[in-house]
Amino acid sequence: MDAAVQARPAAPQPSMRVTIHAPVPYLLHLADNALVLGQRNAEWCGHAPILEEDLAMANNSLDLIGQARLLYQHAAERLNTPGPTSSRPRGAAWPAGPVTEDTLAYFRDVPDFANYTLLELPHSPGLVPAAGGERDWATTIVRNYLYSALMVLVWERLEQSTDTQLAAIAAKSIKETRYHLRHSRDWLVRLGDGTDESARRTQAALDYLLPFTEEFWSACAAESAALDNASGADVPSLRAAWDAEVDSAIADAGLKRPAAVKGYVPQGKSGVHSEHLGYVLAEMQSLARVHPGAQW
Amino acid sequence: MSASIKRDALSESELSRLWTALDELTDPEIPVVTLREMGILRNVCRAADGRVEVVITPTYSGCPAMEMIHDDIVALLKREGFDGRVVTQLAPAWTTDWMNDEAREKLRAYGIAPPHCSTQTADGAVTSAIRFAPKSIAKNDLSTPTSGQKSPKLDVACPLCGSHNTTETSHFGSTACKALYRCLDCMEPFDHFKNI
Repeated sequence: MDAAVQARPAAPQPSMRVTIHAPVPYLLHLADNALVLGQRNAEWCGHAPILEEDLAMANNSLDLIGQARLLYQHAAERLNTPGPTSSRPRGAAWPAGPVTEDTLAYFRDVPDFANYTLLELPHSPGLVPAAGGERDWATTIVRNYLYSALMVLVWERLEQSTDTQLAAIAAKSIKETRYHLRHSRDWLVRLGDGTDESARRTQAALDYLLPFTEEFWSACAAESAALDNASGADVPSLRAAWDAEVDSAIADAGLKRPAAVKGYVPQGKSGVHSEHLGYVLAEMQSLARVHPGAQW
Repeated sequence: MSASIKRDALSESELSRLWTALDELTDPEIPVVTLREMGILRNVCRAADGRVEVVITPTYSGCPAMEMIHDDIVALLKREGFDGRVVTQLAPAWTTDWMNDEAREKLRAYGIAPPHCSTQTADGAVTSAIRFAPKSIAKNDLSTPTSGQKSPKLDVACPLCGSHNTTETSHFGSTACKALYRCLDCMEPFDHFKNI
């Protein structure tokens, strides 16, 4: 990431009366989702089951990290603008100077990250009995599917955001996310309707991951604040549409939707994470912290 | 590309010199098409502070070529003696519809099947899924056409032999903007520039 190529928001139109900004914690929630899943998907680079999918996951990662950059740049701009939003979020000892996308990605710690817990889990959590090794392709596909199905709906809403820069990012991201949804849905059907082994693993991944999606359906403080000025998406209201999409894909794949579990609802978006995020961040952030401001 | 003539606008001759120079710049990943033909180069104007502003838009949010494009333009402005900067603009979002016919033909000649002229397939809705043979086929009749293909296939012509008898082998190709196809007549694999 290079500060020299930071996107600037479109020049304000003279006709624009009031400029509305999405709350910074809300932008960070969206950005952290994209960054953490992008980092996880990139772990397939050089390891995917076939060359085509190696390229696919690298491309998917590139899109997600690109989306994260746009959102971090937008948040950094808000943080650097004097005013009520300029107080810095808590975090590690930040490098001196203005906040950049790199500060936000590399110098915040686990409790500062606001991504869904679903996105930080390993590709092959020990709790998945069918996992065949360190990385389970079915787990990756199911996770990407569940998230993309949500984000297509979220970006659609955010295209109408009162924060014009966020609306522009949404209009850009939705095209990519639709493509990710198509890719992961195709694979979900291919695996579910494939061999006995592929169906078994995909069902196991679905059974394991679906309870983590409960986190989508209750608004956290950042989401509520974004709804207050109409800059954010009302995610709980998207549940019926998301359920319909997921049910149709599960049916096409010949899989079974596990019964809803009433239990602990993950709170990654409020900064309460699983033990896995620390490992993701350690790998992702160590270089930037050892050599702050390094260029190549 | 219509820069209205204002008091502080670039003069006609400056503007045409700049556009001519910018037309030298090609896409780093597809060196046969220029940035203007790709629709990446959106505008050239003089900003309020008097500096020349070149406006570009990313094809994909994570496109790694954008940094090189940025640097290429900065170097060109310097060479042409303009005090300028590059501004990245997100809205309106880039679409393959902005690619002109000439650029499409150049892509085809280069071996990349060009995107279609409409955004009807923005979400890939009309292309069919890539699948293993469904169990129903494996168990019953190998000659039955697959049931999963609900929608007509996207018609992508092979850039090498022109055949329309092609199939998608992967949704993603060598770069974010391309998908991988194979021609079922000449059997050559090729890239298709995705419609977005």
